[in-house]
Amino acid sequence: MKKDEVPQDLSSLGKITKEVCYATDSTGKYVTELSSGWDVKIKALDVAWNDIEKRIESARAQVLNNQASPLLFFMEYRLMDISILADYTGFWKWQIKKHLKPTAFNHLPDKKLQKYAAAFNIRVEDLKNMTVHED
Amino acid sequence: MKIEFEHRQAAHCESGVTSNLLRISSQGKITEPLAFGIGAGLFFAYIPFMKINNGPAIAFRTLPGHIFNRTCKSLGIPVTRKKFRSTEKAEAFLRASLDNGHPVGCQVGVYYLPYFPKEYRFHFNAHNLIVYGREQENYLVSDPIMEGTNILDRYQLERVRFAKGALAPNGHIYYPEKGADITDEQIKKAIKSGIKKNVRNMLGIPFGFAGVKGIKNTGHKIKKWRDKLGLQKAGSYLAQMVRMQEEIGTGGGGFRYIYAAFLQEADAWLPGNGLAEVSAMFTQAGDLWRTAAVQAAGIYKGRISSQRDFDLMGDYLIGIAELEKEAFLILKKIKWN
Repeated sequence: MKKDEVPQDLSSLGKITKEVCYATDSTGKYVTELSSGWDVKIKALDVAWNDIEKRIESARAQVLNNQASPLLFFMEYRLMDISILADYTGFWKWQIKKHLKPTAFNHLPDKKLQKYAAAFNIRVEDLKNMTVHED
Repeated sequence: MKIEFEHRQAAHCESGVTSNLLRISSQGKITEPLAFGIGAGLFFAYIPFMKINNGPAIAFRTLPGHIFNRTCKSLGIPVTRKKFRSTEKAEAFLRASLDNGHPVGCQVGVYYLPYFPKEYRFHFNAHNLIVYGREQENYLVSDPIMEGTNILDRYQLERVRFAKGALAPNGHIYYPEKGADITDEQIKKAIKSGIKKNVRNMLGIPFGFAGVKGIKNTGHKIKKWRDKLGLQKAGSYLAQMVRMQEEIGTGGGGFRYIYAAFLQEADAWLPGNGLAEVSAMFTQAGDLWRTAAVQAAGIYKGRISSQRDFDLMGDYLIGIAELEKEAFLILKKIKWN
C-alpha cells in the first residue's frame, strides 16, 4: 500500500484516535502514516453489530413469550456466550443452561441472582425485569 | 518515583508494547516492525470447531504473549512474567514493579476498556498495554494503538486485567529486566532466528488449518459458504474475517505490511541476502489481502451476491497462499552471509 492510499474514512475509532499504518513512500521505503479509518472495516463492524442487535431482539421476544429467562437477553446484550458467563459467575455451564429456563430462573435465590447481575454489571431488579440502563 | 518512559503509537498492540518496553535498553533500535519480525508475529490459522461471536475463528497473527517473549528471548534479555489468581496480589505486584522503576506490559480484555469506543468492545482478551506510573489511586496507561496516553482507576484496570472468557489474561504482567545494552550482533542474530521461526509457522504446521495451507483451505471453504450458510450468514462470516484481518491499524493487509516493513529494515541490518525483494512480495501480499477485503465488503454490503463473487473471493485467498508460500520458501532457502 502506498502512503497516499492509506484510507481516511472516518470510523467511530477515528473520532477518538487515528491508527498507525505501515505504507510505502514514493521511493518504496516503509514509513508510518495515520489513518482515520477504512470503509471496508467500518461496514464489517456494522454487520457484526446488526447481527448482535437481531440476536438481542430475538432474545427479548423469547423472554417476553416466557420461552427463556432474562439471562438470555442479558447474555446477548453483553455479547456473552455460556462459557464466558460461566467464567464470570463461577457457575457450571449446565447450571446456566438450566437457569436459562424461566421456571428455574424464577426460583433462584438472591445470592445467585447477584452473581449474574455482577457479571452483567447491572442490578438484580434490572435482571429480573429485563431493564437496561445505557452505560 | 518517575519512570523513564515515552509513549509511542504503534500499528499493533503487542509489537508496539514490546518495542516501547525495549526502547531504552535497545537505544531505540528495536522498532515496531523489528519486534514484530523477531517475534515471528505473522501467522494465519483457521481454527476448526471454534466459534468467536458466532462466526469463524480466524487468526492473522500469533497467540498473545509470543511476540514479546520471543523477541526478548532472541535478544538475550531476561523477562519477568506472571499470572495471578488473586486480584490483590496482581495489584501488589504491579505496584512493586512500578516502584522499582519498571514500566510493565499487561494483557487485558477490551470489553470493559473505558477509553475504547463502544463499537470496538468485544470479549477480546488479547489486547496489550503498558502501565508506566501511578498517581495516588490512578494508573498511567500507554496503549500503543492510541495517539495519546490514558488514565485508569484501580477498579477499571483490575477489571480489564481480570477479564474472563477465551484467553483470559489472569492479570498477566510482563517486563524485560534491565541489563546490558542490546548489541548490534544480537539484533542481527535475532532477526535471522525470527525469520526462521516464522518460516516454520507458515510452512511447517501439518493438518492444513494453519500457515499458507490454512489460507488456501480457507479460500476453498469460502467458495462453499454461499450454498452452505446462505447469503446472510456467509456475509457475516466474511465480515468477521475482515475484522480479524484488520484488527486495528494494519491498514487492511492483515499484518503483511508490518512484516514487509520488518524485512525492509532487516535488509539494512543484513544486506546481501535479498530480503528487500522478499519485502516487496509481502507488500504485494498485503495489497492482495486488501483487495480481497474489498471483495468481501461487496458481499456483506449486499452489493454483489453471485456464486462467481464467492469464487473470486476464494481465489484471492488461494492466490495469496501461493504468493506467501513462494516468499517464505525464498526465506527458508537463504544462505545467510
